[in-house]
Amino acid sequence: MQLYLPIADLPVNVFLILAMGAAVGFVSGMFGIGGGFLMTPLLIFVGISPAVAVASVSSHIAASSFSGALSYWRRRAIDPALALVLLSGGTVGTGLGVWTFTLLRSLGQLDLMIALSYVILLSAVGALMFWEGLRAIMRTRRGAAPLARRSGSHGWIHGLPLKMRFKRSKIYLSVIPVVVIGLIIGFIGAVMGIGGAFILIPILIYVLRVPTSTVIGTSMVLTLVTMVIATMLHAVTNHLVDAVLALILMVGGVTGAQFGARAGQKIRGEHLRLLLGLLILSVGVRFAIELGIRPDELFTVRETGGAG
Amino acid sequence: MIARALLAAFVLALVLSPASTARAERLIVSVSNHRVTVTPNYSGEELVLFGSVEKDASTPAARTNYDLVVTVSGPRADMVTRRKERVFGIWINTDSRQFLQVPSYLALFSNRPFDAIAAPEVARRQQLGLNNVLLTQRVGPDYADVVPNDPFRSAFVRLRSQHGLYREETSAVTFLTPTLFRTGIPLPGEVPIGTYDVEIKLFSDGALVTKTETAFEIVKVGFEQFVANAARNHGFYYGLATAMMALMTGWMASIVFRKD
Repeated sequence: MQLYLPIADLPVNVFLILAMGAAVGFVSGMFGIGGGFLMTPLLIFVGISPAVAVASVSSHIAASSFSGALSYWRRRAIDPALALVLLSGGTVGTGLGVWTFTLLRSLGQLDLMIALSYVILLSAVGALMFWEGLRAIMRTRRGAAPLARRSGSHGWIHGLPLKMRFKRSKIYLSVIPVVVIGLIIGFIGAVMGIGGAFILIPILIYVLRVPTSTVIGTSMVLTLVTMVIATMLHAVTNHLVDAVLALILMVGGVTGAQFGARAGQKIRGEHLRLLLGLLILSVGVRFAIELGIRPDELFTVRETGGAG
Repeated sequence: MIARALLAAFVLALVLSPASTARAERLIVSVSNHRVTVTPNYSGEELVLFGSVEKDASTPAARTNYDLVVTVSGPRADMVTRRKERVFGIWINTDSRQFLQVPSYLALFSNRPFDAIAAPEVARRQQLGLNNVLLTQRVGPDYADVVPNDPFRSAFVRLRSQHGLYREETSAVTFLTPTLFRTGIPLPGEVPIGTYDVEIKLFSDGALVTKTETAFEIVKVGFEQFVANAARNHGFYYGLATAMMALMTGWMASIVFRKD
């Protein structure tokens, strides 16, 4: 069934978009991530312009993270204080990100920046996660006990001033790194059209030592708020949010996420990390190959306005 | 009474005016649909242009071998063509050319190849064929069209053609009788919204005999128009509505799939 998208200005197959939403939703439910880093490239692949894809996916991520955040809230797995401090940085970062997005778009380098940041971020995070998962599996194979590295390492981060007690996470930490992390995640989220959970969760666990019980729920709150702000800002400044496209994605996404979450509970943690690392890495590598080989078409045409 | 007399004179003048220009032929054309509406299930459409060549007493009796060129041009916009080059091992946009107020949709149809219809200089002057259509570029401080084989111009035409937005078909116009003709105007799904000008030129023995114009418009109606209009003119409320929609969808999902 073909449906005409009013902002993207092209007809798409509804079932194809629904299926894409459901597939990405499945993955996101399984790993507890937003899935924007998969959704945006898929949309670009079916012919939607990168700018519209990034802007519309942000509202899709808002929907899936809200449904996730609600269920974590019921289980009291969200640290409100930590979420608020992260948000204070995240809001500013998102604003900067949308501003950068608009600037790059006018310079004609938006596609390059999106591709480059995908390559760098995804390859790095994917490789790290893959390696970490692999090592964990090797350790259990050898029968050794998992390393308990929960002592007070990372001295300099814990030595920063402006300390605050985050009760539900049971940590005592300076607000400076928390705000900075929120800022960075908000910024790259708005520019790349991703929620950033797949970067945020490892940082919260390994750098800030946030316990796993609150980390996913708290990161979902940050994702939710930054993506709602990103949707608003993209709508106001670039007029590129396609609500019809977003709605189809959301419906597919939230449905797929439920089944993904069930599937995810059946897989062991380190296997899950290994799989996610592999997935992220392969998306990054795909973008790298695209940048490195000579494209079939060297030219691109883009409308710059001035219709009339 | 006076008004009616004036009106009669006006109508008379209108009827007589083509004859007074001493042209022997007149073109009468119509498009099958003057208002194409984009609805949710819109995925392209084909219009039909039909018309006839009207002769009068002053037409040379021997003249029957007519050629016809139909030019359809969509709303004009500025466009940028960029070229990728290899820099530090990766392919990035480096050079670019800006095309000023060029048609977002351009189709040229004729009954036989353009070079058979008219001599090259006539073809250039009358802008017959994609190679001869004026596409103004900004080259530094100058505004000019360049030679047809300029890499940016040919890339621009090629890319637009791949999307079905620029096309040239030299067998699309069919003469049903020596004076009655028709042609299809295919509009792809991603066709731009706006007013489309149709120019019909009649040639005989390599020279322009007469021409006429008509137009049609492509408009978004109902829901599509509402959404597009809201996004463009009320960005804040549109964003707010989209964000609320996202939250509602997420909330609904957490209710529907609630496990605990």
